[in-house]
Amino acid sequence: MHKFANPARFMRLSNIILPWTAAITVVLFGLGLYYSLVLAPEDYQMGNTYRIMFIHVPAAYMAQFGYAAIAVSSAVGFIWKHPLADQAARATAPMGAAFTALALLTGSLWGKPMWGTYWIWDARLTSMLILLFIYLGYIAVWQTIEDQARAAKIAAIVAMVGLINVIIIKFSVDWWNTLHQPATLMRMDGPTIGGDMLAALLLMIAAFNMFFITILLWRIQSLILRRRIRSLRMQIGGGQG
Amino acid sequence: MTKSGSTKGLKAGARKKRRLYLMLTSLAVLGLAVVLVLSALEDNIRLFYDPTEIAEKDIKPGQNFRLGGLVVDDSVERLEDNGILINKFDITDGNETVSVVFEGLLPDLFREGQGVVTEGALNTSGVFVATEVLAKHDENYMPKEVIDSLKKRGEWQRSADDTDKTPTTEKDSRS
Repeated sequence: MHKFANPARFMRLSNIILPWTAAITVVLFGLGLYYSLVLAPEDYQMGNTYRIMFIHVPAAYMAQFGYAAIAVSSAVGFIWKHPLADQAARATAPMGAAFTALALLTGSLWGKPMWGTYWIWDARLTSMLILLFIYLGYIAVWQTIEDQARAAKIAAIVAMVGLINVIIIKFSVDWWNTLHQPATLMRMDGPTIGGDMLAALLLMIAAFNMFFITILLWRIQSLILRRRIRSLRMQIGGGQG
Repeated sequence: MTKSGSTKGLKAGARKKRRLYLMLTSLAVLGLAVVLVLSALEDNIRLFYDPTEIAEKDIKPGQNFRLGGLVVDDSVERLEDNGILINKFDITDGNETVSVVFEGLLPDLFREGQGVVTEGALNTSGVFVATEVLAKHDENYMPKEVIDSLKKRGEWQRSADDTDKTPTTEKDSRS
């Protein structure tokens, strides 16, 4: 019974939290978009084109944050055999993959007018593409392996091994010379962006984060329900047979 | 995994510990392997060479590679040769300088004092003939108005600011 107690408590708690996170997401997106498109001034070099960063940067950030979240909950699931952790990791993956694809797409659209090319095989862009493939591989493991306990174990190993790539993404622009510029926000001497531009970027990151949490709670709920349905079906099937 | 029995519970605890250590050691070994592979591939992962390395490496004419650095101030020339637009400019890393010729349109962000990455080969007279020029953007974002007012007060020195912050020069000072 202990195994089921936690998911049940999760369902109760998440039902209370969900309307709030959904509301905060909408408010943050409204504010963030107003700041990004209206209040933030034009950049001195890129003019209005730089505004694509207000989607690109939060998407790239969430892609990596989502992966780190998968790796941590996979480790918890792998070591302590916590079923909720496995489900959380599984629920995160499609979102992380979508954020990665969004970051790659917006980056490509930004690269053409600014750099002069949609794509270049530099360390940052390549490691980001690899992240997308790792996400897809992780999802594929869950899809192809029937036995859920076995799938959780193998997926967890994939997730933890892939964590190395996230570290490479973060430091790729420092370790190697790349076309992609180094970090603007997460740097030792403070961000190299300020005023309403910084406010817009932080608001958009916060909005993406709350969106992520909201969808994650929804997805974990539906995965728990799916497991319940499956075990109920098995009970019924067992009763008949 | 099993719920009953104190001895079995203890064993489960030991298993958890073993899994934890197993995971940590295998991740450490894997991390080490990745570090070794990446440092072995260093030359392939880097996107471009800077002028100093080109001077040191003695690259043969005609060999294709990427050259990166800052466009030297007041070095950009635009020539019309039989209706073909030819751009001439110098690329520097603060130490060595290489002259570049490029036939075609330059990207919007191409400016003097700005980082660029070019692909092409050296000709016999040591000039880099580029087939592609890409502009690098730095990590600084600033409103137009701020730059304008700084320029008015004469406090904006873009070349000094750029050489301080562009990664190309950072890397040169390290190597």
